[in-house]
Amino acid sequence: MQQEQAAMEKPVGLPRIGSPAPHFEAKTTHGTLRLEDFKGSWLILFSHPADFTPVCTTEFMGFAEIYPELQKLNTQLIGLSVDSVYSHIAWVRNIEEKMGVKIQFPVIADLDMKVAKAYGMIHEGESSTETSRAVFVIDDKQVVRAIIYYPLSTGRNMDEILRLVKALQTVDANGVATPANWRPGNKVIVPPAQTQEMAEERTQDSSLECTDWYFCKKTLAGA
Amino acid sequence: MGCVNSDGSITNSARLMLSLLSTPMTAEEAAAQSGQPLFKVRSSLREMVETGLVELEGEHYRTSALGKARAEA
Repeated sequence: MQQEQAAMEKPVGLPRIGSPAPHFEAKTTHGTLRLEDFKGSWLILFSHPADFTPVCTTEFMGFAEIYPELQKLNTQLIGLSVDSVYSHIAWVRNIEEKMGVKIQFPVIADLDMKVAKAYGMIHEGESSTETSRAVFVIDDKQVVRAIIYYPLSTGRNMDEILRLVKALQTVDANGVATPANWRPGNKVIVPPAQTQEMAEERTQDSSLECTDWYFCKKTLAGA
Repeated sequence: MGCVNSDGSITNSARLMLSLLSTPMTAEEAAAQSGQPLFKVRSSLREMVETGLVELEGEHYRTSALGKARAEA
């Protein structure tokens, strides 16, 4: 029994891409929320080290700026730190008052670090009491699709987070992959042929731009 | 969302939801009609079911007698 308890309290590793997102129920600035409340929407779950800190404040303003665009992509946003809900409320009110930016997404008050530990957001080498700058992109079926980690010192790139969601949704909708530095409207990668016959057909397909049998691109309809 | 204030009164958003649920509907329909994000509506409905303000039948939510009385108070 004690072993089971110890196992439950031990920080678990990072969830893996392609695995179900760990369940949570947490107190937030928008009431008690569960992971399953977001089912059917994509979700960006991100952590920040602490409220009322400068880099985190710039990040919250950045997340607030991309939130309308994310919502158009059927994507919700939820923040997290090891702070109380009262601290979160005071901070988001301060950001609105001092910076003129309204924070409209919920923020988890993870004082017992349950969610942070379930998602591997505490990196002991940096801090045992603060969450690192983690970003989990969770799809509408609640599967982890991408993970980004930044250290405490460095603010995240909101444009990349937006680009990542657009890329993942494009991949799902079209059965393709996206090349380095892909942007919506750019050509996409056709997955490599799986047989010799498919490779031969691939090189003769005039709808594709093939440099070689394994390296074919195409323009998506409407792009 | 939070449906009950510390003094026991219900919040404005809960009052709105109780009014909406005089006609039974799903969480998705309530979100569409209220203009609130679905995650907020699901959370709010769960809380209102727990406090007895709303009843759940299958996938449809409707205002309970208690909810109606509290909304009109």
